[in-house]
Amino acid sequence: MIAQLVSRLLQAIPVLLVVGFLSFAIFTYVGDPVSIMLGQNATPAMRIAMRHALGLDQPFLVQYWHFMVRAVHFNFGLSYRLALPVSQLILERLPATTELVMTSAVLALLVGLPLGVYTGIRPNGFVSRTIMAGSLLGVSLPTFLLGILLILFFSVLLGWLPSFGRGHVVNFTHWSTGFLTLSGLKSLILPSITLGLFQMTLIMRLVRTEMLEVLRSDYIKFARARGLGPRAIYFGHALRNTLVPVITIVGLQIGGLIGFSIVTETVFQWPGMGLLLVQSIQNADIPVMSAYLMLIAVVFVVINLVVDILYYVVDPRLRVKR
Amino acid sequence: MSGATASPGRLARAWDSDIAWSFRHSPVALVSGFAVLVCFVGAFGCGFLAPHDPFNLASLSLSNSFLPPVPLKGSSWSFVFGTDDQGRDVLSAIMYGTRISLIVGFAAIAMALSLGIALGLLAGYFGGVTDAVLMRAADVQLSFPSLLIALLVDGIVRALLPRGAQNALELYVLIFAIGIARWPQFARTVRGSTLVERGREYVMAARVIGIGPVRIMASHILPNVLGPVLVLATINLGLAILDEATLSFLGLGLPPTQPSLGTLISNGNNFLYSGDWWITVFPGIVLAGMVLAINLLGDWLRDALNPRLR
Repeated sequence: MIAQLVSRLLQAIPVLLVVGFLSFAIFTYVGDPVSIMLGQNATPAMRIAMRHALGLDQPFLVQYWHFMVRAVHFNFGLSYRLALPVSQLILERLPATTELVMTSAVLALLVGLPLGVYTGIRPNGFVSRTIMAGSLLGVSLPTFLLGILLILFFSVLLGWLPSFGRGHVVNFTHWSTGFLTLSGLKSLILPSITLGLFQMTLIMRLVRTEMLEVLRSDYIKFARARGLGPRAIYFGHALRNTLVPVITIVGLQIGGLIGFSIVTETVFQWPGMGLLLVQSIQNADIPVMSAYLMLIAVVFVVINLVVDILYYVVDPRLRVKR
Repeated sequence: MSGATASPGRLARAWDSDIAWSFRHSPVALVSGFAVLVCFVGAFGCGFLAPHDPFNLASLSLSNSFLPPVPLKGSSWSFVFGTDDQGRDVLSAIMYGTRISLIVGFAAIAMALSLGIALGLLAGYFGGVTDAVLMRAADVQLSFPSLLIALLVDGIVRALLPRGAQNALELYVLIFAIGIARWPQFARTVRGSTLVERGREYVMAARVIGIGPVRIMASHILPNVLGPVLVLATINLGLAILDEATLSFLGLGLPPTQPSLGTLISNGNNFLYSGDWWITVFPGIVLAGMVLAINLLGDWLRDALNPRLR
C-alpha cells in the first residue's frame, strides 16, 4: 500500500511541473509586466533596470526555476489590479470558498446518498419515479440559472434569505467563518443548495444504479435466505459494496465543486476565490490567474490522493492484492 | 439517372431502419426531437419569424420598456414575453440569442471533435511515445473541470488580444476556449476504438498493399470508430451550450451587442430585484429546455445504437 501511495505521489510530480510550466508561461509571456508596472512614459533605461529587477533578462530555465521556488514559498507576485500580494488576496478569500464547497459537499452527500438508496430499493414506486424525474431537471438546469431562480423566490418574492454576501463573519487569526452567526448561516443556505444540487443528483443516480445492480447479486439473495432483516441487508451488505464508485465520484466532484463555485460565487457575490478569479480575468490580472492555476492543481492532486487512500479503507480486497 | 430512382428507395430504407423505428416508438425521443426542431427553426429562421428586430435601434422605443408578458396587466400582444429595459421584445431577443448559442455550441463541438479525432487516431495508431504524451496530456486536462479550462483559456486569449479587437473576436475566442476544453473525451474514445481496429485484418491488408498511415487512418479506421464519437458529440453539444451560457453570464463571453442566451440571462439578472423577472426567466427556460431536450436525444441515441441494451 505504501509503495503504491509513493508511486502515486511520484506520478503527481510531472503533473505539477507541467501545470507550473503553464502558469509560468502565462505569468511571463501574457501581457507585459514591465510596461504595466512602469506605465507608458518610462525611459528605455528604466525598462532595462526593471527587467533586470524582475529577473526577466535571465535564461528561460533559470526564470522557470525561480518561479517554481517562489511558488513553493507561496509568493506569486503582485496583483496588477489591486497592487497587493496575490498570496494575501488568495488567503483572504480561501475561507469563504472552503466553507461553501464543504457545506455543499456534505449537503449533497447527506441528501443524495439516502435518496439513492431509497430509489434503488423501490425503483418502481411513485415517490422514486417523481424523484428521478426531478433529478433529470437538476442535471439540465445550469448552476447560474438555479441560483437566479432561488434568489427570485426566496429573496425577492418571499424575502426569507439574503441574496448576496456572507453575512456577519467571525474572525480568527487567519480564518473568517460564517458558521458561528445566524446571518452567516442564513447566507450560506442558497449558495450551498445552488452549488450542491448537481452533485446531489449525480450521487443519487449513481447510488441508485449501483444499488439496483448489487441487490440482484447472489450474496444478497443468500442474505435474504438466511433471514437477515432489511436493515442489515441494505446497509450492512448492499450499501457498503456501492461505496467504491461513490467515493471516486464524490472525490472528483469536490474538484468539480471548486470549479463551479466560480459561477455560484458570482451569482451570490460570495467573496471567495472564484469571484476573485472572475474579476481577475475580466481585468486581465495575470498574476492572480497564474497563481489560481497552480493552487487548483495542488488541490486536485491532493484530492486524488485522498480518494486513492480511501479506496483502501473501504475495500479490503485492495489491501490483500500485491 | 440512377439517383432519381434510388432516392425514394433510400428514403424508404431509412424509414425502415432500426434507428428510425426506435425513434418513432420512443415517446421521449419524439418529444425531445420536436423540442429541438422548434429551437432550431426559431433560431435559424429568426430573420423571418421573429416579431421584431431586436438589433434595429430605430424600432426600439423606451416607452415600451419593462412591459410584462401577456396574461399580466399592462401587457401587449405585440410583445408576448414582455420587453426589457430598452423596450426590446424578449421573444425576438431569445430567438436571435438561441441562434448565437447554437452556433457557438456547434462550432465548439466541431473543433473539439476534429481535434479529438485527429489526436486520438494518432495516439491509437502509432502508440508508443506519441500515445503516452497525448494521453498524459488528456489525463491532466480531464482532472480539471472543463468549465475551468474554458474559463482560463478564454481569459488568457483575451489578455493576448489587443483591446480594440476583443469584442469583434469574442465569438471565435469562445468557440476556441470551449473547443479546447472538450477535446480529451473525444480523443480517448477514438484512441480506445483505434487500438482495437489497428489489429484487425482489413488494416493489415491495407498496410500490406502499401497504403500510407494517413490514408489508413482517415479512410479505413475513421469510419469504423465514428459511431460512439457521434453519440458523445450529441451529449457534449448540450454541455458546450451550457459552457457558453455560463461564460457569457460571468461577463467573459459575448458582449451585449451580440447577446447569446447567457448574455440575456445575465442582463436580465440586473432587473430581478425590481421584480421584472421575465427578462431573465424566459431565456433561462429556453436554455434549460433546449439543453434538456438535447441531452434526452443524446441518451436515446446512445441506447438505440448500443446493441447490448436491445
